[in-house]
Amino acid sequence: MKIHIKNGHLIDPKNKVNAKQDLYIAAGKIVGVGTAPAHFTASQTIDATGLIVAPGFVDLCARLREPGDEYKATLESELQAAAAARITSLSCPPDTDPVLDEPGLIEMLKLRGWRHNLARIYPLGALTQKLQGKNITEMYELTEAGCKGFTQADEPIVDTQVLWRAFEYAATFGYTIFLRPEDPFLGYEGVAHDGEVAGRLGLKGIPSAAESIRISTILRIAVETKAKVHFCRLSTAEGVALIREAKKNGIAITADVSAHHLHLTEHDIGYFNTLARLKPPLRTHRDREALCQGVKDGTIDAICSDHAPVDEDAKLMPFAEAEAGSTGVELLLPLTLKWADENKVSLYDAISTITMQPASILGIDSGHLSLNANADITLINTNAAWQVKAEALKSQGKNTVFINMEVTGKVISTLLNGQFTYQSNQ
Amino acid sequence: MHADMFVVRHSQSGAAHLIAQHVPKNISVINAGDGRHSHPTQGLLDVFTIRRHKPEMHNLRIAIVGDILHSRVARSEIHALTTLGVPEIRVIAPKTLLPNEVEKLGVQVYHDMKAGLKDVDVVMMLRLQNERMSGAMLPSSQEFFKTYGLTPEKLALARSDAIVMHPGPMNRGVEIDSRVADGTQAVILPQVTYGIAIRMATMAILAGGVV
Repeated sequence: MKIHIKNGHLIDPKNKVNAKQDLYIAAGKIVGVGTAPAHFTASQTIDATGLIVAPGFVDLCARLREPGDEYKATLESELQAAAAARITSLSCPPDTDPVLDEPGLIEMLKLRGWRHNLARIYPLGALTQKLQGKNITEMYELTEAGCKGFTQADEPIVDTQVLWRAFEYAATFGYTIFLRPEDPFLGYEGVAHDGEVAGRLGLKGIPSAAESIRISTILRIAVETKAKVHFCRLSTAEGVALIREAKKNGIAITADVSAHHLHLTEHDIGYFNTLARLKPPLRTHRDREALCQGVKDGTIDAICSDHAPVDEDAKLMPFAEAEAGSTGVELLLPLTLKWADENKVSLYDAISTITMQPASILGIDSGHLSLNANADITLINTNAAWQVKAEALKSQGKNTVFINMEVTGKVISTLLNGQFTYQSNQ
Repeated sequence: MHADMFVVRHSQSGAAHLIAQHVPKNISVINAGDGRHSHPTQGLLDVFTIRRHKPEMHNLRIAIVGDILHSRVARSEIHALTTLGVPEIRVIAPKTLLPNEVEKLGVQVYHDMKAGLKDVDVVMMLRLQNERMSGAMLPSSQEFFKTYGLTPEKLALARSDAIVMHPGPMNRGVEIDSRVADGTQAVILPQVTYGIAIRMATMAILAGGVV
């Protein structure tokens, strides 16, 4: 099938394109940008007048809940949600049941994902067996099976010696380690930011220092072992400052933030709203502003959805017993656009944080519209407003604070390999 | 079960609120203490006790002493007292037993008990749970008594007509000296009696519609 997308405004940060240009697709690949290749006859022409044509989005953290937690969500439901959210590549953490710590599990997940043909799955393997923080995994074999890096998800490595060895081993092969920085002792049993709201509600807090202390430890080990480290889900102003300083000193690290943390604070917990129970916890206005600024100045490289579909019963609990997490893939674009709008960031730079930048962190050939690249493309109406409704979300998880809120940025279609995976009614 | 009322005590903060959100509107839920969050009837009875003995709420200096961090009683007291316009509420405790940013609840923080008790009208002692008496929160009950236990000498720093309260049950020799607990300034026994009246009133108002 040959597709001609005409009259759209093309945004492709990797190739520094930000202009009205047509796009030509054949056999699942991009064959022309701006001008049609010779003898190109489109079998389908899409008029993208007034629309943004961008690379398919890349999400650094989306839990698909398979294997093991299918009651929360399934590959099918979450990949449908991703397609609706024009995410064409997503990285999933290994905190499933069983944990993704064996090559066979990675192969099975990739195969099952591929059958749905809705988005490309790039799993992160477990850094330690069963995420127990004791023995390292077969990183080489896991990489051969398709892992794009290694992580502990939300589980800690308490023993610094194990952390050191894991970094050394990963550095041997040049693998990237993805870690959410939180001191395991200071964060123990904490459920909210250790501040005003947790104090008033009587919830066990996690101090900001839990993040900065852990970042300092990880940075030091990264320097000593020369491991490639990606910091996941920053949540504090001090954390952003430490990463900024480290980057200034030439340490090769990257970082991301969840889209929720760019908009919400501890006050969104209100009176025990379990939808606002997230990991890391929502923090203060000052922290939120620092995170927004951090993405703007490039300290934080990417915005991710930190998608965690949770079934309704697991949220119908006292705050501390409720499961943490928020559904997010379908909100990644609107929340990124909202951040860009509020912080006077150009659409071009905003798109970069959810395409080129996360693709580069994962080391995947995605998130751009180069010639001969896979035709993973998204058409967006950035001005269309819509209301987040539980029944309209394709994800099995309806758990988000943003239900009933109005957001801007609507999907028109998503193409994966030149095939439509999603088209809205409009 | 067709219950008209639930009286809920739960180890998790917010538990009673969660139940109240999921029962029909005509069913009452009385929070009898949820985690560290709130103990409303204790707060009410403490306020009632203070009003009985010190009616001019807008002219009082009140100190709350002990494990504020884990205390639902302290949170309800602070909430009630700030609402009623008490101008000066002090919390006295070591840093390990205070919530972060506790001053945002509208209280002044003291670590030195002698300074904190100076010229107060009401001393509200809190019970120290056994499990806090060792480990990383506190080194020992003896040291706690030396630094934050209420003795006649320390009480002498408060106003001469100051009253002493305690939500019970007391750990004599840990947070309070028996001479104070049984002394003339203690209103701890009447406080218990008022508790019954306050809880009867709460139930009567909610169930019987008595105003």
